[in-house]
Amino acid sequence: MPTRKNEEWRFANINSFTLDGYDFVLPEKAIGSQELAEKSDVISNPSGQIIFADNKPILQDVDNDLKTKGVIWEPLSEALKHHSDILKDYFMAQNLHLGSEKFAALHSAFISDGYLLYVPKGLVIDRPFIANHWAVSDKAAIFPHTLVIAEESSTVTLIDTFNAKLPTQENFICAFSHFLAGANATINHRAFQNWGTKTLGIHINAATTGKDATVNSLGVNLGCQHLRSEHQSLLQGDGSHIEMLSLCVANNDQELDQRTLQSHRAAHTTSNLLYKNALMDKSKTIFSGLIKVAEEAQQTDAYQTNRNLLLSTTAEANALPGLEIKADDVKCSHGATTGQIDEDQLFYMLARGIDPHKARELLVFGFFEEIISKIGDNELADYIRELIQTKFQHM
Amino acid sequence: MSTAPQAIDIDQEKGNFQMPEEHTFDAGVGLSEGVIDYISDVKNEDQWIRDFRKKALKTFNAKALPTHWASKDLEAIDFDKIRYYLASGQKPKRSWDDVPDDIKETFDRLGIPENERKFLAGVEAQFDSEAAYSNIKEAVGKQGVIFMGSTEGLKKHPEIFRKWFGKVIPTGDNKFSALNSATFSGGSFIYIPPGVKVSHPLQAYFRINAENFGQFERTLIIADEGSEVTYMEGCTAPKFDTATLHSAVVELVALKGAKIEYITVQNWSANVFNLVTKRAIAEEEATVKWIDCNIGSRLTMKYPGVILKGRKARGEVLSIALANDGQHQDTGAKMIHAADETTSNIIAKSISVGEGRSTYRGMVHMPKHLKGCKNNTECDALLINKNSRTDTYPAITVRGNKNSVQHEASVSKVSAEQIFYMQQRGLTEGEAMSLSVNGFVNDLTRQFPMEYSVELKRLIDMEMEGSVG
Repeated sequence: MPTRKNEEWRFANINSFTLDGYDFVLPEKAIGSQELAEKSDVISNPSGQIIFADNKPILQDVDNDLKTKGVIWEPLSEALKHHSDILKDYFMAQNLHLGSEKFAALHSAFISDGYLLYVPKGLVIDRPFIANHWAVSDKAAIFPHTLVIAEESSTVTLIDTFNAKLPTQENFICAFSHFLAGANATINHRAFQNWGTKTLGIHINAATTGKDATVNSLGVNLGCQHLRSEHQSLLQGDGSHIEMLSLCVANNDQELDQRTLQSHRAAHTTSNLLYKNALMDKSKTIFSGLIKVAEEAQQTDAYQTNRNLLLSTTAEANALPGLEIKADDVKCSHGATTGQIDEDQLFYMLARGIDPHKARELLVFGFFEEIISKIGDNELADYIRELIQTKFQHM
Repeated sequence: MSTAPQAIDIDQEKGNFQMPEEHTFDAGVGLSEGVIDYISDVKNEDQWIRDFRKKALKTFNAKALPTHWASKDLEAIDFDKIRYYLASGQKPKRSWDDVPDDIKETFDRLGIPENERKFLAGVEAQFDSEAAYSNIKEAVGKQGVIFMGSTEGLKKHPEIFRKWFGKVIPTGDNKFSALNSATFSGGSFIYIPPGVKVSHPLQAYFRINAENFGQFERTLIIADEGSEVTYMEGCTAPKFDTATLHSAVVELVALKGAKIEYITVQNWSANVFNLVTKRAIAEEEATVKWIDCNIGSRLTMKYPGVILKGRKARGEVLSIALANDGQHQDTGAKMIHAADETTSNIIAKSISVGEGRSTYRGMVHMPKHLKGCKNNTECDALLINKNSRTDTYPAITVRGNKNSVQHEASVSKVSAEQIFYMQQRGLTEGEAMSLSVNGFVNDLTRQFPMEYSVELKRLIDMEMEGSVG
């Protein structure tokens, strides 16, 4: 287990990390798929959908036209039979740099299923794919796996939702997602994490870009008792671009611990990160971000911003925004701010007769809107607003 | 690309000379209880100090080097090859005429007596382990101001010294504060009585003359209620082939309404490991301002801090670091907010030239139940050459009510357009570069005392000469 002395785990409350009491071997049993399928209806007309219950696929669907064009969208258990050549090269083939190497090894050891999305050269897909991951059994240890490969000049959007059947469920989650964007390809990834409130969650994300490729990611984190989320972006190809957006709402005694890496390894690469956290009650957030610019990565533009909004006097926001720059012709900046709701703005709203609770909520939504408006998909934007709204109703 | 301009070598030459070693007291090579006993015996110290040192030695031995976050270069220090105490005598002289000729010549060449006459209220000059000279102007002394070496301070004013000694920086704070606590010698002891405002700065000058030597000065400054003081320190050493260690502990106490300004211009030669712990306590409405310029040394690790203990206390760190070939300036600031309405400000600017590396590390801590605290942090880095490196590692924790923190950092290079524009107007490339870099630090140097901002501008001019590539 990591210790707090390890810089990568600084500020984290690791004492609560224990894997005792979780079921690593889950019984084969039928799970009410109809109910979960109804609850998994996030967007209309997806290009493909897979629903997992305790990591077992219970429903899968794909647009036949895309299938004939060479798109692979299947659970790993099936992909292993048909496409082991692809998996052999890419499955868990990424070195990790953010501290959860041990958990990645655990993931490799216990993984039971996941999925592969492969988009062939030149194919531009409009409608998103969606994978719904459900934790059904209390105490279950679950290892979701995502592998996305976008070949040259292809474009694809993918949504992952992570939910618990019961809101107060206790699980151990160790998820791994890997995105590979080939030359000039674009991957858009949206992840909505809302595991049970007693869950220990570890989410490891890794993205790699080819020449002129783009990977846009957005994470919304609401669930877990203790979440450790790692997001490493390796800009390998000249002219590639990465965008990393995140939005967290923490309440009660939740700990949301996010670590990021923007590693510029090629020239003319750009990256932009914006992580926003709203904190209530006794919750705690950690944002630790690092921009690394290698000597050969000249003409890099890299930005990193973390904004924390404290909505209670007992919440704690930690920010570790870091830079390591070895090239000289770069533009890099980072900023971190932590503060409260602006009293003047609140006063203005109260003066117009808006109830204080509602006014605060509106201001928090205003705080998040900067990110939500960047999604460019109204259906999804509404879904996010609704998710956040639900969390605030328990305020 | 020429990254080692001649001009800078000329300037470092100013401190690059060595007088023959004639030490009456020498604790030998390596660190042991025997060395501690030797130092305590020579200084004729009270038993509690001897015990304090021995306990600190145990702490030092028990602590590992902090290489899990700090530079691996620390491993190059061989603690068994260092000499921990070298001195010619125990009593500093009150007049330059009484100072031994070779030591006097050292400080003459560094311009210390001349500056003293011109604009200083008091001077202390330390040569290896002990102060060779210490004096304050009569008028300042009459106001009750105490300014002497810490060896002397411990003997003459134990009642003030012991009350605060090790209270701001405990022995076990880090491996190097423990080392200092075991082997400390020299440094300044300053006490400013209530309401006394010392109009001219007090200055200390630290000189390392001996090879394979470790200097462990211990400075304690207490500004009593409503008093004000400015303290300046400078330091140089000759260039040796072997590594030299400088590991100071500096504790400042600003009581209610007091103001302390502490200015450092660090220009050690490029073989010195400069591993210093500096921290202040600021009581109610007190202000502590650290002005920290790091130009010399091989590796500097220094993060001046302020514990804002009383309501409305204010802490400030203004830091400039210049890292050239073979240098790593690992500097920063710590602001620990521990009372309501406390404010802190950190402005750090670094310039990396050639293969130099500059690092900013910062800590801002606002615990719960505090109200109305504010911090502002800005760190800007300028990279001059292709192989220059810069890092920024801040750590910010905020809880409580109506507290706000903002941190901003940027990294950039001097724009080609700027240089081109100035060259169009007849400036050489070097002059243009130097003008740009001075512009980069200008808003900071303006806040420095005149003598220092002029000196700094001159140093930057020289470092920039021929650095364009």
